Amino acid sequence: MSESLDVPKALSGTGSWLDDRFHGARGLRVFMRKVFPDHWSFLLGEIALWSFVLLLLTGTFLALFFVPSAGEVVYHGSYTKLDGISMSQAYQSTLNISFDIRAGLLMREIHHWAADLFMAALTIHMLRVFFTGAYRKPREINWLIGIGLFTLGLLEGLFGYSLPDDQLSGAGLRIFEGVLQGIPIVGTYAAFFLFNGPFPGDSIIPRLYILHVFLIPGLILALITAHLFIMVHQKHTQMPAKGNTENNVVGQPFFPYFMAKGGAWFFFIFGALALLATFAQINPIWLYGPYNPVQISSASQPDFYMGILEGALRVMPAWEWNFLGHTISFSVLIPAAIPFGIIFTGAGLWPFFEQWATGDRSWHNINDRPRNAPIRTATGIAAVVFYGVLWAEGANDVIADFVQIPLYTVTWIARVLVFVGPAIGFYVTRRICLGLQRKDAEMLEHGLETGVIRQMPNGEFVEIHRPVTEDERAILEAKRPSALMPTAGSEDDNGVPSPEVSGTLGRARAIANRGFAETVVVETNGHGNGHGNGHGPADEHVAVPAGGGPAELPGGGDGEDGESGES
Amino acid sequence: MSDMEEVAGPEGPVAPHRVIGTPPPTPRLLGSGHGAEDGGTGHGTEVEPAEERLPAEPEYPTHAKNAEKVVAASFVLAFLAGCGFIAAYIGLEVHSVDAVFRSNLALGLSLSVALLGLGFGAVIWVRHIMPDAEVVEERHALRSTDAERAAFAEYFSEATGASQFVKRPIIRRTLMLATLPLAAIPIVALRDLGPLPGTSLRHTVWSPGRRLLVYGTNQPITPAEFSAPGSMITIVPDGYQDDLDALAKAAVIIIKFRPGELNVPTRTNGSTVIGTMNWTVDNIVAYSKICTHVGCPAALYEQTTHHILCPCHQSTFDATTGATVIFGPAPRPLPQLPMTVDAEGYLVAKSDFTQPVGPSFWERG
Repeated sequence: MSESLDVPKALSGTGSWLDDRFHGARGLRVFMRKVFPDHWSFLLGEIALWSFVLLLLTGTFLALFFVPSAGEVVYHGSYTKLDGISMSQAYQSTLNISFDIRAGLLMREIHHWAADLFMAALTIHMLRVFFTGAYRKPREINWLIGIGLFTLGLLEGLFGYSLPDDQLSGAGLRIFEGVLQGIPIVGTYAAFFLFNGPFPGDSIIPRLYILHVFLIPGLILALITAHLFIMVHQKHTQMPAKGNTENNVVGQPFFPYFMAKGGAWFFFIFGALALLATFAQINPIWLYGPYNPVQISSASQPDFYMGILEGALRVMPAWEWNFLGHTISFSVLIPAAIPFGIIFTGAGLWPFFEQWATGDRSWHNINDRPRNAPIRTATGIAAVVFYGVLWAEGANDVIADFVQIPLYTVTWIARVLVFVGPAIGFYVTRRICLGLQRKDAEMLEHGLETGVIRQMPNGEFVEIHRPVTEDERAILEAKRPSALMPTAGSEDDNGVPSPEVSGTLGRARAIANRGFAETVVVETNGHGNGHGNGHGPADEHVAVPAGGGPAELPGGGDGEDGESGES
Repeated sequence: MSDMEEVAGPEGPVAPHRVIGTPPPTPRLLGSGHGAEDGGTGHGTEVEPAEERLPAEPEYPTHAKNAEKVVAASFVLAFLAGCGFIAAYIGLEVHSVDAVFRSNLALGLSLSVALLGLGFGAVIWVRHIMPDAEVVEERHALRSTDAERAAFAEYFSEATGASQFVKRPIIRRTLMLATLPLAAIPIVALRDLGPLPGTSLRHTVWSPGRRLLVYGTNQPITPAEFSAPGSMITIVPDGYQDDLDALAKAAVIIIKFRPGELNVPTRTNGSTVIGTMNWTVDNIVAYSKICTHVGCPAALYEQTTHHILCPCHQSTFDATTGATVIFGPAPRPLPQLPMTVDAEGYLVAKSDFTQPVGPSFWERG
């Protein structure tokens, strides 16, 4: 039994010594028992966290041997195929790490794989947070910090893989410089200041190095710390389940459960990266050769997280303006600014837009099931499609080669899909969400199909349905549709125009609200009102939740003005 | 050991939790051991008895007993693999491709097994040996109470008054004035990061009479030596064959055509000629190799269609008509290098490019 456990003298002595100085027992007691909800999707952010820890560890190892210098040397090292070739010290030291430092190649490959995993985990973690609405009040700031982390991660990765000064990364830097030059007014200066003169120069590698090993990781570390402290302070969200409410958090205590699971997760991630580093070779810079601006290899692709920028550059037609003696190169500016601009700005503003459109000012600690927020889910999928099309276009030459269709056809398909795809994605996702809601409503009303067929005395065959269990019911009933605002320009019972939906902005808000409030009526406890029996679009209604919505909104609407919601 | 290491760390997130003024968290202390060490600060008296206890033993002891063996086995495996890593580090040489790959395989595999063994053991431990426990914790309102907010506002205005910041505008304004130049220093101090661009993007190292050297061999070339129609080679300027800064702008491709295939129309930009047959020699034409999109080398040449393709973003140029753009994001044709032959018959530049090479920039015009 735990109370009979003798605390070893060494432990209790040290603990007392520390507590005399820090008053830690009370706070640590609370922290040890801190509850962490359990759901597989809560582990995604942790992948990014542990990848970052590994990046720091392996990066420190690499920095012990890497020489961040463009100084020219003639190679006479272990990799004999490059014997006698002129190269930078950066490239030479990367070769030495790979071929002359024991475990150096392993560390390089873990570092590179960990960077890719870091960005992939961030992406998927952000998608999880978005699709479950975990960014809602009170967690908007942590959502913004996440967007900041993603942006910094992009830069950190770009600068990092540029350091070895190999042919592939040099081409990436050249593109970076070309894009920089394209910025109106200041572009040429920015490029000359960053590169200390014309490309490539001798300064870019040491400059990228200090940004890559000090400034950006420092910022990332600070933001991760803030992210975690805020998460601990505000407590984690939880999935809808029996016993979970907005005002509690159900799960397992940090010590010993979450600590053991978190530790295991670290070892699994580290182990998986070590496996990848062993069996899936990444960035074999010795095959690329040292950078020379005269050369290029075909099928040059950046790391996956830069793929959307690469694809945007490829999909863009040649648009350029010359006016008053100045050049504005839209074929560079639009790809560089628009895709990430749309995604990051949109993601950053979304929580506030949603709050404005729904009028919902309450806190949310229970996550939404994506189907229960069709507009949000559909918008998210539209963004994913937009991203995905540009990302795939970043490998249009590889795709064209793989499926044997002309390269230009691939680009033209992408040019169309980048606009049409998100629209289709939005529409289809919204329909799927509403369909799944209808299925939920049906399950609540009729129970689950058991697959057992029974013949009735009159010869009729029926399938036995079993009622949903308590646990299932808690999940099915977790839908909290937005409260409905009055229709645009409408008046209340006294003939006074509703202030929140008057004016242009108010009308926009009323329309947005209608979208967010769209839902399929879920009948609770079987006492239905004739709606939502789930047999087709005709039964869909915008409905006001019985009591789940926030109370601040006056009016709230009724069944009649709900009919306009489905179009 | 881990709970000792965390003594100072978690204070941060937990302490402000109370300071902000949420209802004081129930100070709960499990068991007697920790409470007794509390140094007499008095918190030990606030133990709330209502808190649910964690179960002490797993639900299925036999199952846990078996799981214990699995955990111990995977920890032993991790230990052995960890030793294997050290052995491989000491025992395996590097310094050649094959040796490095052998070493990488041994090190990576042993490290993976050691880590996955630890992870696997820990997961089995927590899932099958630790008794299953679910704990409910109440969330406390994040918003401070009205009284707390009022107290905050009260002290804030009190303290602001005491600081005299509002009452003495001369201090306030001179303080702001004093910070202005300091705020500008980080920008100003970066001025020496690089030289001003000037006109350097408009020029390359090509000059009248400078020989075209074949990239790789660094030998000059005569039209007769480059006589196979359909071929393309990369050219670097004599004297700058190893200067990467110069090559980043001055790299050139020359392409040989059959008679009649090449037809560069005379094009001008204002009064400046930027493309003409007069700059070709014996159906050989020279174009900048630096793509006008973002500066990648436009290095791929398709003989049958005479298309020059930049592999980075697939800008495609028609070599027969002055490298005009036929697809992709490049906004301009590849600039043509005026070319002639010198007294010894070698290909030389007639002049520098007559327009800036490479990507667009604001001042290009």
